[in-house]
Amino acid sequence: MNWFIHTIGSSIGKKLLMAITGLGFCGFLAVHLAGNLTIYGGKASFNSYSEHLHALEPLVTIAEWGLLTFAVVHVLTGAVLFYQNLKARPVRYSVNKSAGGRSLGSRTMPYTGILLLAFVIFHLINFHFADRTVTTIYAIVSGAFKHPAYVVVYIIAVAIAAVHVSHGFWSAFQTIGANHPKYMPLVRTIGTVFSLMVGIGFGAIPVYLFIFV
Amino acid sequence: MTKAINLTLKVWRQKGPEDKGRLETYDAKDISTNMSFLEMLDVINEQLTLAGKEPIAFDHDCREGICGMCGAVVNGRPHGPEKGTTLCQLHMRHFSDRDTIFIEPWRSRAFKIIKDLVVDRGALDRLIQAGGYISANTGGAPDANAIPVPQASAELAFDAAACIGCGACVAACPNASAMLFVGAKVSHLVLLPQGEPEAAQRATAMVREMDSLGFGNCSNERECEAECPKEISITNIARLNREYFKSRFFSNVK
Ligand code: HEM
Ligand code: SF4
Ligand code: FES
Repeated sequence: MNWFIHTIGSSIGKKLLMAITGLGFCGFLAVHLAGNLTIYGGKASFNSYSEHLHALEPLVTIAEWGLLTFAVVHVLTGAVLFYQNLKARPVRYSVNKSAGGRSLGSRTMPYTGILLLAFVIFHLINFHFADRTVTTIYAIVSGAFKHPAYVVVYIIAVAIAAVHVSHGFWSAFQTIGANHPKYMPLVRTIGTVFSLMVGIGFGAIPVYLFIFV
Repeated sequence: MTKAINLTLKVWRQKGPEDKGRLETYDAKDISTNMSFLEMLDVINEQLTLAGKEPIAFDHDCREGICGMCGAVVNGRPHGPEKGTTLCQLHMRHFSDRDTIFIEPWRSRAFKIIKDLVVDRGALDRLIQAGGYISANTGGAPDANAIPVPQASAELAFDAAACIGCGACVAACPNASAMLFVGAKVSHLVLLPQGEPEAAQRATAMVREMDSLGFGNCSNERECEAECPKEISITNIARLNREYFKSRFFSNVK
């Protein structure tokens, strides 16, 4: 198994870890968003979604541990890559100019990433680890978004997630070697559409709850 | 039409690898817009020499975009602002009167500065060495069509083989990664039957060497492909990744 450790420790191996875990998160975001849309159905619909989800135990717990493992790998590998990339150019240029390759997403990956980590921790404390013995998940969520500060934080956070994914999605395909002249334009389009869906889809929920509930 | 322009140059001067180095300012007066960028530096060097000062050291050889010797970062752009050209192919008509031009060397931990704008790109040679040999029969010249090569593969291989090893991709990469160079080298051999037998060995050896030389990791910023004077595509990086995974997970290469 020595060869395996060497492989994932190489530059391309670390990128592979980022790509697999990153795409895993993209899959999670898609499922999470689909589930959250039940909130537009009102209190009963959202609580029933939550109950049905948790009726799937032990699958939910397995998925949670899987996501946690992915998160640890994604964050630690990302940190190592960031550090190594900084060190690879000890003396910086006095003039920096892009030739048009970089995008807002690509140039900010480590920073949007660390902000996402902070947000995910905040989000989990708010909703995941909230005490549900005396109240329902709908009451917790709609209660939180009565405060404008929460609404603003969540909108900023999902915007950051959208920027991260706008580069991350196609980049992961390139990393695993899936750059094909016929399919790459489609992958790039899906990446853009998906990041917009993440931004608008998740972003609309706090706004909706704040205004209408 | 010939025009003459006056410029302010901010040039990186560094006496040797251990010197700290700094940007120095020079006035470039009466520069013909028909000159190439390197000819403009020749004029400045002539003036510096006549004034008893040390001329600016820069690399160059063919001065027609084929050898890969020249290169400097001009206003933040490796080989200057034009697409698909080397520094020797850049002409002063792309600048305006009273422009200030910053001229810096390739910056990467893997490229040590020898003097001023001259960097040691030996790391790229070590990458080629790590790639090893290909299987070619010696003896009498083989028949031209003895090994069939599909036209499309030949074209792709040739596109990759157009790399002149200038190092602009490393200089342009925000992470100082050499993935475009290695991608080009791995691609141009693996796309041809002659390079196929050693493909697995080569991919692993070159990536290992690349990692040990202190280059950064690719984060798909695409600056390399935008700056490469030979317009080598990042599809070659995806091919390198595929070849590396094939080598690591599906071959006997340790
Ligand atoms: C919902 C959460 C997240 C999603 C969907 C996501 C998705 C992705 C994807 C798909 C990639 C591209 C992988 C590649 O280029 O091969 C990526 C890269 C990256 N992610 Fe995330 N990520 C998330 C959270 C985070 C967090 C919390 C951090 C850090 C604290 C982070 C840091 C990074 C960094 C630094 C990269 C760039 C790595 C590189 O290209 O060198 N991400 N992410
Ligand atoms: S890939 Fe392009 S930029 Fe990089 S060394 Fe080759 S010719 Fe120069
Ligand atoms: S001097 Fe040969 S490529 Fe510029």
